[in-house]
Amino acid sequence: MSNITNDEVDVVVVGLGWTGSLMSIELAQAGLKVRALERGEDRNNADFTYPKPADQYAYGVRNKIMVTPKDGALTVRHSMRDTALPTRQWGAFVPGTGVGGSGLHWTGVLIRPTPTDIKLKTYADQAYTRGQLEEGMQIGDYPFTWEEIEPYLDKFDKICGLSGNTGNLQGRIIEGGDPFEGPRSSPFPLPALKDTLNNTMFADAARKLGYHPFPNPSANVSQAWKNPYGNQIAPCNYCGYCSKYPCLNYSKASPQTAVLDSLKRMENFSYRTNANVLRVDLHADGKTAKGVTYADAQGNEVFQPAKIVVLAGFQFVNVRLMLLSGIGKPYDPLTGKGTIGRNYAFLSVGGNTLFFKDKQFNPFATAGATGQMFNDISPGNFDGPSLGVIGGAKIHSSQATGTPIGTALPAGTPEWGQGWKESMNDWYGHSMKISISTGCMSYREHYVDLDPTYKDPWGQPLLRITFDWRQNELKLQQYLRGIVRDITKELGPDSFSESFLSMDSHWDITKYVSTHNVGGAIMGDSPETSALNRYLQSWDVHNVFVPGGNAFPQNFQANPTALIGALTLFSAQAIKEQYLKNPGPLVQA
Amino acid sequence: MLLSKQTSRRKFLLSSLIALPALGVTMKGLSAAVAAEMIAPSLEAYTPTFFSPAEWTFIMSACDRLIPGEGRGPGALETNVPIFIDQQLASDLGSEIYLEGPFDVNAPATLGYQLPFLPQQIYRKSIAAIEAWCQDTHRQRFALLDPAAQDDVLKKVQAGEVNFTAYGEDILTSKPFFSELLNHTRQGYLADPIYGGNKGMKAWIAIGFPGARASYLEWVAQHNVQYPLGPVSLSGDRG
Ligand SMILES: Cc1cc2nc3c(=O)[nH]c(=O)nc-3n(C[C@H](O)[C@H](O)[C@H](O)COP(=O)(O)OP(=O)(O)OC[C@H]3O[C@@H](n4cnc5c(N)ncnc54)[C@H](O)[C@@H]3O)c2cc1C
Ligand code: SF4
Repeated sequence: MSNITNDEVDVVVVGLGWTGSLMSIELAQAGLKVRALERGEDRNNADFTYPKPADQYAYGVRNKIMVTPKDGALTVRHSMRDTALPTRQWGAFVPGTGVGGSGLHWTGVLIRPTPTDIKLKTYADQAYTRGQLEEGMQIGDYPFTWEEIEPYLDKFDKICGLSGNTGNLQGRIIEGGDPFEGPRSSPFPLPALKDTLNNTMFADAARKLGYHPFPNPSANVSQAWKNPYGNQIAPCNYCGYCSKYPCLNYSKASPQTAVLDSLKRMENFSYRTNANVLRVDLHADGKTAKGVTYADAQGNEVFQPAKIVVLAGFQFVNVRLMLLSGIGKPYDPLTGKGTIGRNYAFLSVGGNTLFFKDKQFNPFATAGATGQMFNDISPGNFDGPSLGVIGGAKIHSSQATGTPIGTALPAGTPEWGQGWKESMNDWYGHSMKISISTGCMSYREHYVDLDPTYKDPWGQPLLRITFDWRQNELKLQQYLRGIVRDITKELGPDSFSESFLSMDSHWDITKYVSTHNVGGAIMGDSPETSALNRYLQSWDVHNVFVPGGNAFPQNFQANPTALIGALTLFSAQAIKEQYLKNPGPLVQA
Repeated sequence: MLLSKQTSRRKFLLSSLIALPALGVTMKGLSAAVAAEMIAPSLEAYTPTFFSPAEWTFIMSACDRLIPGEGRGPGALETNVPIFIDQQLASDLGSEIYLEGPFDVNAPATLGYQLPFLPQQIYRKSIAAIEAWCQDTHRQRFALLDPAAQDDVLKKVQAGEVNFTAYGEDILTSKPFFSELLNHTRQGYLADPIYGGNKGMKAWIAIGFPGARASYLEWVAQHNVQYPLGPVSLSGDRG
């Protein structure tokens, strides 16, 4: 092991997933010398040709292309009074690794938050009476307007070849889309994916009950698409191995299909794999970074000097690197002071499984994003104030895959023996789901910091999550249970099973929810309560930019990546147009 | 197709029984299902890599109860599930687990896996404890109990009622072993045959899953119509 110093670059990007790829190409296009450092392996489309990804055991069960808990564990506890324990195996979420990050094997549901979601604090102050919301809740507004962020949402939609129905074109509501979406400057780039049987059944029932269903907006593209970077994405063939799998068909918008082909051809861009960034190195005054230090595959410590540092390692990696590097002040939940680690949030899911003896759902013939959903239960669009809850849910029937390990069987089926075996024969392919996916508010006592006990293989402390379900989120689950039950009744299955959080539930890290972890280094208007300004720039170290879900002040009901992509592009634009001319804080504190 | 295999089933059964006395095992314990569904000569010929011969008789019999041959659909033995488990345990299974201490083995279940063991250790320790328990309780090894008694043992293992402390385990209980065994048994049954189980893609054929076809552009919009083609596997076999 030795110490090495690389040649200096203009920009070092930590992590080459969605945000790292977008930041890299945008800044390389401005002529900057950009180098990305990725902890995992290099991965190209050619590594995932047919039939390799069609392997549930390797990808779906063993998480072949995710980071191992051994290398990437966190610790978790339910409250500040508990001792946190490591995530020795993955459960509730599964972080990615390697070129493409989670973007290589995400599902591709690409949906925007609503204008109310990004101004949730303002909405809450208007719609709820003082003291009505749960104590300790500390939600915030995003520090930009809908009009400011929409062009970047639009750009990311086009980078991904977003497929679906337009619901609101420049203020005009269009039948078949989401009437609750914020005004779009341009229509969806591509038409919706084809519907499966569960989609049409769900949408018909939902419509009958007065809801406004529309096809899940999808980054599994419905038709051939050439994106603004000049990359070609091929039409999806509904292979059924999508969520958690790399695409075998060039059809899922990913860093690989949508960005890297063009990026890798640029001479001012380079990248290193097996480069695990350990910390950001600051100048003596602590006001700027001079580069980052990483461990290479041989165990060398390598210093990478850079003028600008972009942390793009996924939500909790970014927060951890800030804490390890002394960027900003760690959050203290007792005093409410400090910002790094503040406002960690997750999301909750639930729903019903409906069994129909005489229906063939062919669940294997599907794209990852296949489904229909409605947004009627989002903030401002239902009567949250009279229920005393804030937040919302997407209610959907999706059919992400039909892989057989883990097939849901009717209630009362034995877990093993002849009964289980025959139930598999009878019910595989004969069920559909109605699901909810909820937002999650942020609270004073939900945060992340460095664990005092557990370390990673490089000897650095793990990140510790302190999080549990609160009454607000649990009440919302109970309310949604009623809606899902009504739709279920309308569909009249032979039987159904329910899965919702009860009022005394604790966060269960063993069951997969979604890898939509947010907060911890949030954006805002004030350095007192946020880690980053509206351009994802650290308030404390002005040449450090931190794109990712970490910037969300709380979680909304939509999947996060549409906004993550837009924030990244918004930040890249500010770096190009403002920061390069005049390096320093882009917003005065 | 199943009938034509009857002879090889019987042949396998017989040769297994010839092999068993060497381990002090007699014919009595094999279930009717074993007799009916053991059609896989490769299972007979298979020499386990991870399991000892004695452990192997436990795994074979336990898998045979978890997914028995009786009733509709193939059983775990007919589909070589024990081979899948053996090969997984002999591979890097468990190398991904974060195994740094300290360990709080009394943590709430919502915080997930907190044992200081690799799956390989869990299997070894648990099989030894269960066999010792069977000896003490039934004066018989597990494989030689009749199917109803085997089911009863497995139910107790599942419920954590087989007390491992009596056999020198102060941390490990029978519950986590059962859930690993059940998960692996189901996985071996339903995973691609490349991993050793799901022999002949029989489990996929039974449930109607087309395996690695992975191309359904023409099918996705054909609602409520049974998909007509059988499965293909990663290695290109057709069922
Ligand atoms: C199975 C799955 C399905 C999903 N489906 C959806 C969906 O349908 N819709 C949606 O909106 N979102 C979805 N997501 C979430 C989506 O993938 C993420 O929001 C998105 O990838 C975040 O981008 P990112 O750049 O922050 O992180 P990533 O894309 O994960 O990239 C981070 C990269 O940084 C690297 N890295 C981490 N630490 C270091 C370090 N110390 N040094 C060097 N490199 C490092 C990682 O290896 C990784 O390559 C899904 C996620 C998963 C896992
Ligand atoms: S469903 Fe479509 S987008 Fe998803 S992996 Fe298969 S071909 Fe690719």
